[in-house]
Amino acid sequence: MPAAPAIVVDHLVKAYRNVIAVDDISFSLAPGSITGLLGGNGAGKTTTIAMIMGLVIPTSGVVTVLGIDIARHRHRVLHRMNFESPYVEMPMRLTIRQNLKVFGMLYGVDDIAGRIAQIAAELELIDLLDRPTGKLSAGQKTRVSLAKALINRPEVLLLDEPTASLDPDTADWVRGHLDRYRRERGATLLIASHNMTEVERLCERVIIMKGGRIEDDDTPQSLLARYGRHTLEEVFLDVARGRRAAWVAAQ
Amino acid sequence: MTTSPITYSPRRVAAMVLRYWYLLRSSWPRLVELVYWPTVQMLMWGFLQLYIGQNATFFARASGVFIGAVILWDILFRGQLGFSISFLEEMYARNLGNLMMSPLRASEFITALMIMSIVRLAIGMVPVTLLAVAFFGFNLYGLGLALAAFFANLILTSWSVGIFVSGLVIRNGLGAETFAWSIMFLLLPLACVYYPVAVLPGFLQAVAWLLPPTYVFEGMRALMIDQVFRADLMAQALGLNVVLFVAAVIAFRILVDTARQQGALLQMGE
Repeated sequence: MPAAPAIVVDHLVKAYRNVIAVDDISFSLAPGSITGLLGGNGAGKTTTIAMIMGLVIPTSGVVTVLGIDIARHRHRVLHRMNFESPYVEMPMRLTIRQNLKVFGMLYGVDDIAGRIAQIAAELELIDLLDRPTGKLSAGQKTRVSLAKALINRPEVLLLDEPTASLDPDTADWVRGHLDRYRRERGATLLIASHNMTEVERLCERVIIMKGGRIEDDDTPQSLLARYGRHTLEEVFLDVARGRRAAWVAAQ
Repeated sequence: MTTSPITYSPRRVAAMVLRYWYLLRSSWPRLVELVYWPTVQMLMWGFLQLYIGQNATFFARASGVFIGAVILWDILFRGQLGFSISFLEEMYARNLGNLMMSPLRASEFITALMIMSIVRLAIGMVPVTLLAVAFFGFNLYGLGLALAAFFANLILTSWSVGIFVSGLVIRNGLGAETFAWSIMFLLLPLACVYYPVAVLPGFLQAVAWLLPPTYVFEGMRALMIDQVFRADLMAQALGLNVVLFVAAVIAFRILVDTARQQGALLQMGE
């Protein structure tokens, strides 16, 4: 029997007064999978992730994470999830160690000191642990955000632009670490990104959103073959500029 | 995992208190600010009281009323500020998203903010009360059990206002921050901090008696001028405070739910 999906998004809609941000999307993610959520600005990626975390209440539809209905019982599962986004920050005046201790306590982590030492070693933060978070470089801050996102060894990890504003070397290092974590922990990762290289390298499945709807959903290889393109960037541009409709008509 | 994710968790409350304690400890301007204004206020009103007392027999008899009033007012005002500023620190740090998506529950967050309001109040007010003894011979602690009743009622009101303002800021963003600094001043004339309720026009007296702090300040004057502890006033204040606190928690929940409905938590800026 196949394992139950880690995330199920079922006919999800989010409508604001005059705007439909997410328009009846459905998908499910298998446990241990890594999926990219692609789309231009305003495509609905961040709203979708926010609804999966329970930060935004859907207008209709259901999100379940690890079998729990997020809109109704999010506190039963939040300790098994985590997220990282460049749009939220860690308190600047606190040191890395202090921040990780606070979040370790919030997430109910046992042996916090041991976990901090372990994760600091993995993310090469040992020498920085007692430095205020605000005095770090962008790359170091990203690693700290990642440490926070992994402090509770989440089974489900949601990442919004995890390598935004990082240099290529640091971005590549972060991608490598995420991939390792997923393989070792068997965790389910959902990554919202504009970065096609990142998605192409990391993800075994790509969901492309446009105007709040899912435009396509497949493996990177299948998408490339189907659109007759060499890179996901070209596929993304086809979708973003409406060439998919022409392609479908031609078929 | 030792902490139940479902039930109320003292450990998560402790995590938030620790977070604010780290912040206070790392910033001497924040610590100085806690003591600065209460000291200035107390000295100003203390010297005014001395001057008036030397020129009017009533005020000479009611020695300490102004200083007592300003210290109790500061408990009310600084209690709310202590709550609200701790909350606003999360907005300034852009950390609220991290907290809202963590297992931290609203009730735990509010408890941590209440604890921090007392911590900040203690840091700010204990030195001021000692200075009041040194400068004016006014010993707030000499009020004994009455002080405990005054304090409990004032801090309850300050928490209720702090909870409501935090909800407003979550719902409306930092544009609503100004309420955190100014809303308590609406109570200043109506709660009759420095004068009896009888001074107000009739319709405003009815409004004043709806506010729990009015009973505390009337009670303080009864104690300091007539040497009578009005337990009835404290009981009435407590009853109103319970109603106010429940209303504030309900309003907070409605405001947070509205923010989640409207996606306001995704844009926690201005």
